[in-house]
Amino acid sequence: MEKRVTFKGIWLPLLLVLPQILVTAIFFFYPAGQAIWQSLFIPDPFGLSMQWVGLGNFEFLLSDRFYRASFLTTAIFSILVTVVSMGVALYLAVLADRLIKGSGTYRTLLIWPYAVAPAVAGVLWLFMFNTRVGVVTWYLGALGYDWNHVLNEGEAMGLVVVASAWGRISYNFLFFLAGLQAIPKSVIEAAAIDGARFWTRFRTIVWPLLSPTTFFLLVVNIIYAFFETFGVIHTITSGGPQQATTILVYKVYSDGFVGQDLGSSAAQSVILLVIVSILTVVQFKYIERRVHY
Amino acid sequence: MATVTLKNLKKSFGKTDVIHGVDIDIQDGEFIVIVGPSGCGKSTLLRMVAGLETVTSGEVQIDGKTVNDVEPMDRDIAMVFQNYALYPHMSVFDNMAYGLKIARVGKPEIAERVQNAAKLLQLEPYLQRKPRELSGGQRQRVAMGRAIVRKPAVFLFDEPLSNLDAKLRVQMRLEIKALQRELGVTALYVTHDQVEAMTMADRMIVMNGGVADQIGKPLEVYADPATEFVAGFIGSPPTNFFDGALIGDQSGRIGVRPEHIRLSDTGILQATVGYAEALGAETLVHLRAEDGSQITVRQDAALPIPSEGETRALTWDTAHVMRFHENGVRL
Repeated sequence: MEKRVTFKGIWLPLLLVLPQILVTAIFFFYPAGQAIWQSLFIPDPFGLSMQWVGLGNFEFLLSDRFYRASFLTTAIFSILVTVVSMGVALYLAVLADRLIKGSGTYRTLLIWPYAVAPAVAGVLWLFMFNTRVGVVTWYLGALGYDWNHVLNEGEAMGLVVVASAWGRISYNFLFFLAGLQAIPKSVIEAAAIDGARFWTRFRTIVWPLLSPTTFFLLVVNIIYAFFETFGVIHTITSGGPQQATTILVYKVYSDGFVGQDLGSSAAQSVILLVIVSILTVVQFKYIERRVHY
Repeated sequence: MATVTLKNLKKSFGKTDVIHGVDIDIQDGEFIVIVGPSGCGKSTLLRMVAGLETVTSGEVQIDGKTVNDVEPMDRDIAMVFQNYALYPHMSVFDNMAYGLKIARVGKPEIAERVQNAAKLLQLEPYLQRKPRELSGGQRQRVAMGRAIVRKPAVFLFDEPLSNLDAKLRVQMRLEIKALQRELGVTALYVTHDQVEAMTMADRMIVMNGGVADQIGKPLEVYADPATEFVAGFIGSPPTNFFDGALIGDQSGRIGVRPEHIRLSDTGILQATVGYAEALGAETLVHLRAEDGSQITVRQDAALPIPSEGETRALTWDTAHVMRFHENGVRL
């Protein structure tokens, strides 16, 4: 039996939900509304006047080849981050699941990177790969490879992907491990008796039973790659070289606060808002149905 | 079709010994029930035969071949689990066909074998359903079907009926027994229910704390238990135990089965009547002896039911008395 709390008046319940509503209003609805409003204007660089341009900012953006290039960069970046962080996490979780002794220590150590802030993680990786003093760069040099992510676009992308995926592995690992441990042991044993060896068991039993977890992580990781990787990119490449690592959310920042084109920046955040809404709706509406068994 | 031999089989988890050495020769086609209370090591024993637990020492032989280091899949066995362990994302058909697909059996043959098993188990209407759309009894049958289609040499059952309600349990135990006879497959069946053990077993192994207290045919075990534990565990209501001193006999503990005791006016022992359970066909009378021992008498429903608080004499045929040493061994 579900026990529901009922209130007599309207004021107490209102008071109870007020903090949540206030937080959402101040930090989401107000800025989002501001962004939508500003996207319809071009302000001057000093913020002294604004000129109404209607959908002019959007028209300009959609015909701008740099903006379209940023879409491609974002797609490549988020696919790579998601695949790398989820792939490595799944591999580690499968190993940890088979572990009997010391699994607690192993788990704790693997969770640590999650506690590192993206910007700090970015700086850590930047130091290791610094073109002049980086440890990894030095060893690569010793092996005859000239690492220079400041000039090489592919290397820059590789570095921000690794740095972004690294902190994310812990989070994914936790969910995958919980997902694996939720699969009844006897089901795996039954498959073993049925003749399935490790890889066959994984492919036909474990992976399908893990699909709700995988789907959830897919959504969460794509959204992470879209937005929360700003700190990593800002510290390591600042979107360069030649915009090779300028993903959409970084372009919002660099066009708005570096380029001082606040109208375009606002229009870009509106576009991002729409993209993420569509992504989420599509994923939950259509893909989720297929992963339930 | 196969024989199974266990030779001084032992199992320890770290420093804890859970199986202290079990020996048995199981004949081809025999139905062996391993029975005992929880924690006695019966499931561990079965899992060692399955290959799901490593053997600490001793030998498991299937058809004369030592299989200690053989993977479960190469032992030619099938197992039915307590929670059925069905693959939740597969249909009933796919659940049953899984092992055959892995063994690369041809599609027409898979279809035929699954159909035959489904027919035998009355699962034909449900082949396209998912396990969650089935009742407990049907899931149980699917688990059986999955075992049957592979035509294994040995069936292993790990408390397969304990998740079913009482009525279904009685029905399924008859079905499992009939099926095993029909297929002629050697079977090892683990249960904590002594009624299942009595009704299904050709021979049973009574386990107690990692030791096989007795191995034998059900009625032999019932009539002639080797230890106090076996006498108490097999039979419902259980055997009555009391100190020999109570009846002027110095030889340790005495055991008498409830159906062997009669209420009378003069007898071996005086006891106070407690509660009487009239079950229809029979009546269970619970009494308390002078030293506090609880004694249950099972009598025909036609006999008068004694009233509570009354003191009655108990008598029995001395041929039915079982004597046990203080350490539990039958004298």
